[in-house]
Amino acid sequence: MSLLIRNALLVDPAGRHSGKGNLLLQKGEISAIGSTRKRFSARRTIDAQGAWIMPGLVDCQARLRDPGQPEKANIESETAAAVRNGITTLCVPPDTQPPIDNSATVELIHHRNEMFGQRAHVHPIGALTRGLEGEQLSNMASLRANGCIAFSNARHPLANNLVQRRAMDYAAGCGSLVVIQPLDPDLLGNGCAHEGAIATRLGLPAIPEAAETAALAKDIELVAQTGARTHFGQLSCARSVDMIRRAKAKGLPITADCAIHQLFLTDHDIGLFDSNKFTIPPLRSQADRDALREGLVDGTIDCLCSDHQPHEVDAKLKPFPSAEPGISGLDTLLGLALRLVDEKLLPLPELVAKLTLNPATILDLPGGRLEAGADADLIIVDPDAHWICRADSFVSKGKNTAFEGWDFSGSVTHTIVGGEVVYQA
Amino acid sequence: MTLPAVEKLIDELTEALAPCFTDPASHPIIVGIETGGAWIAERIHARIAPNTELGRLNISFYRDDFTRIGLHPTVKPSSLPPGIDDATVILVDDVLHSGRTVRAAMNELFDYGRPRRILLAILIDRGQREIPIQADFVGAMLELDAGSHIKLEGPDNLSLVIKTVDSNAG
Amino acid sequence: MPDSDLQLDESGKLRHFLSIEGLNQAILSEILDTADSFTSVTDRTIKKVPILRGKTVANLFFEASTRTRSTFELAAQRLSADILSLNVDTSATVKGESLLDTLQNLEAMQIDMFVIRHQDSGSAHFFAQHVRPGVAVLNAGDGQHAHPTQAMLDMYTIRHHKHDFTRLRVAIVGDILHSRVARSQIHALNLLNTAEVRIVAPRTLIPVDAEALGVRVFEDLEAGLEDVDVVIMLRLQRERMRGALLPSEKEYFRRFGLSQERLARARPDAIVMHPGPANRGVEIESSVMDGSQSVILQQVSFGIAVRMAVMSMIVGQSGLQAGGDA
Repeated sequence: MSLLIRNALLVDPAGRHSGKGNLLLQKGEISAIGSTRKRFSARRTIDAQGAWIMPGLVDCQARLRDPGQPEKANIESETAAAVRNGITTLCVPPDTQPPIDNSATVELIHHRNEMFGQRAHVHPIGALTRGLEGEQLSNMASLRANGCIAFSNARHPLANNLVQRRAMDYAAGCGSLVVIQPLDPDLLGNGCAHEGAIATRLGLPAIPEAAETAALAKDIELVAQTGARTHFGQLSCARSVDMIRRAKAKGLPITADCAIHQLFLTDHDIGLFDSNKFTIPPLRSQADRDALREGLVDGTIDCLCSDHQPHEVDAKLKPFPSAEPGISGLDTLLGLALRLVDEKLLPLPELVAKLTLNPATILDLPGGRLEAGADADLIIVDPDAHWICRADSFVSKGKNTAFEGWDFSGSVTHTIVGGEVVYQA
Repeated sequence: MTLPAVEKLIDELTEALAPCFTDPASHPIIVGIETGGAWIAERIHARIAPNTELGRLNISFYRDDFTRIGLHPTVKPSSLPPGIDDATVILVDDVLHSGRTVRAAMNELFDYGRPRRILLAILIDRGQREIPIQADFVGAMLELDAGSHIKLEGPDNLSLVIKTVDSNAG
Repeated sequence: MPDSDLQLDESGKLRHFLSIEGLNQAILSEILDTADSFTSVTDRTIKKVPILRGKTVANLFFEASTRTRSTFELAAQRLSADILSLNVDTSATVKGESLLDTLQNLEAMQIDMFVIRHQDSGSAHFFAQHVRPGVAVLNAGDGQHAHPTQAMLDMYTIRHHKHDFTRLRVAIVGDILHSRVARSQIHALNLLNTAEVRIVAPRTLIPVDAEALGVRVFEDLEAGLEDVDVVIMLRLQRERMRGALLPSEKEYFRRFGLSQERLARARPDAIVMHPGPANRGVEIESSVMDGSQSVILQQVSFGIAVRMAVMSMIVGQSGLQAGGDA
């Protein structure tokens, strides 16, 4: 089946195409991109007059809670939320229950997505160590053969630096990317808020920047030692941005992302113990937020992710320190990202690259491109549609948003995966 | 309406109360209810029995409408002389109306001890009782509309004022 | 929602008592004045007034404490309330009953006021946000956040001895980092316009950006005590030796223990306070604790009057300012 999209404003993260154009999709690929004068014919035509067309978003960190935590979310609910919000690829960290440390779990995830998925691609990131216990290496080569796109120990600590060094060596030897969320477990402790005036005033156990930066410094040294291609996820501190910038300048094979909420919220937003603002790493200071934005602009931060962590109501209906951390982010990823364009932080194509081309390149995935021959994973966005964030109307099963009541502009009208429309407003 | 002169009424009350103090064995104690009653009690006390101790009662904690009107912490706390057991307490207040204030004051008195006898001296009795309490000594009877409010102003140059309360305003 | 919206009703009266922060000087003064009235009650033969007659107060303690719990019990009883004390086994909540389940089960017993202690900072706010309208929450200590009645009884003690806060220098000495008492004291002292509030502790026990609370930070006890009018010593929890916050009790006493000699740095009429229970020989020398400048035992008895004041103000806040019936 072929599909023609006419009169769309092309948003190409690679910057090759711009202006108005027509796209012809055939056999799951973009078969041609041309000016609006060029005549294509197809079985179905969408007139995207006034709307943007761009690659579907590639979310490099989203928890779907499947398998293992159906009370929070599942593949069906979260892929539905993804396609509703323009996300066509989801990369899931290995801390499912059971963890993604064996081929059966990988196959289970693929199987569930085939059976129940609402057609977003779901790519598991495999566990770096067995059971995420930090001691024995997982069967990385087999997991990779089964479809794990990278390896990570999520937020679970590794037993020691020796294990980490060997795990990085082994992953590199398998040709795999290592994904690390730098966090020192002891400096993290039972902390739940950024160490600063707010945590001091509220008496919340604090998390110093060093919980991230001390771990990151060590991790970067191990990259230098092993040469393992490494992606650092969900950075939160100004000093981390600085370290990544310098490591990249030295030519180390390093990339980095940050969770999009870190670009908008600070520890001030905790207000009176709002448990929806409890995240790990924590919401940090204004200076950290500014540095992350700067890092995004100068390319130190390669991509943005939702760091989606859906929860059931009870998980957040607790005093702040006892609540579970994380924000349900799929429903707000694009809205927040487009705000960065409105705020003139980045031009639209560059911003879109942070959510498409860059993560796809880092993770070696086919999507994220607007060019002939690329996979036809595309979204059409009405830039003028205004909406107000209401958790009640989230498609995700997790209603734990930190952005209730925020105004957004830009709404997905069509999501196309493999050349087929999987969501239409 | 011409209101009676307060000092004259206090003179009359003092005179009427004098016999209570002839027998020291009856252990008489004057106790004024804050704030208006206490001003009157001070004056009677000074004239009649300056050697005895004067008591004051702040009945805020005993009011039956406490949850409605709350506390008035600006009012001085109660202070009663030690040993009101077996004393003759002469309870003094400015206005007797529903009787609820006196009831509250007696409840409080009994939390301090067990007086042998309680007498009630009132400057103005405006009738319209809601509970069966009567004064033993009355300065003057005064009939007022239910919507009117009579108040003793002080602490210097005591005088009575009438305020008409708008019936809609609480 | 700002703190004041949760704690104060539309007419500015106390609805819940959760933290000193969010209140104003007028409310703090009203608490102290009302407590004054209640101290006379505690001196009488019958130490009871009928203010909370027919009301039910539930002491809900998720963290064991006999002392604080009993002063709240006594305060409620002296106000003639019915009191129900529950030490909630935290394992019950682990077994699946959520905090809100516990709360709602008790609400079904027509409780009018909850006095709550819980190990999580912010738990008092959490409960206040979830109780039924008309049910009051009184914070008896939440995590490391606030312990406002303790702070108010300390303010009462200071006012009793020193009258005017605006001329005072007050030093709070000890484990500020983990102390909900210190946080509440600092807010209260600042709201009452205390001239200078100091905190004195080793660096490992001072929270980051403590100056933002409105204090001067000292890491040297002698300097911190210089010319102060009030010294508040905090209890040093023994578990602080674990987790590498301090080397030993002995070294702590050497640097931060209050001895007669060190107290001499303060003003001659300085008073010494301690929220208790004190560790003699760890943070305070016995001779200071039992000495003439110590007002530690007074704090305990004032505690009841202050808690009576807060409880009666919360219950007495609802509704109209009607003229009194004669």
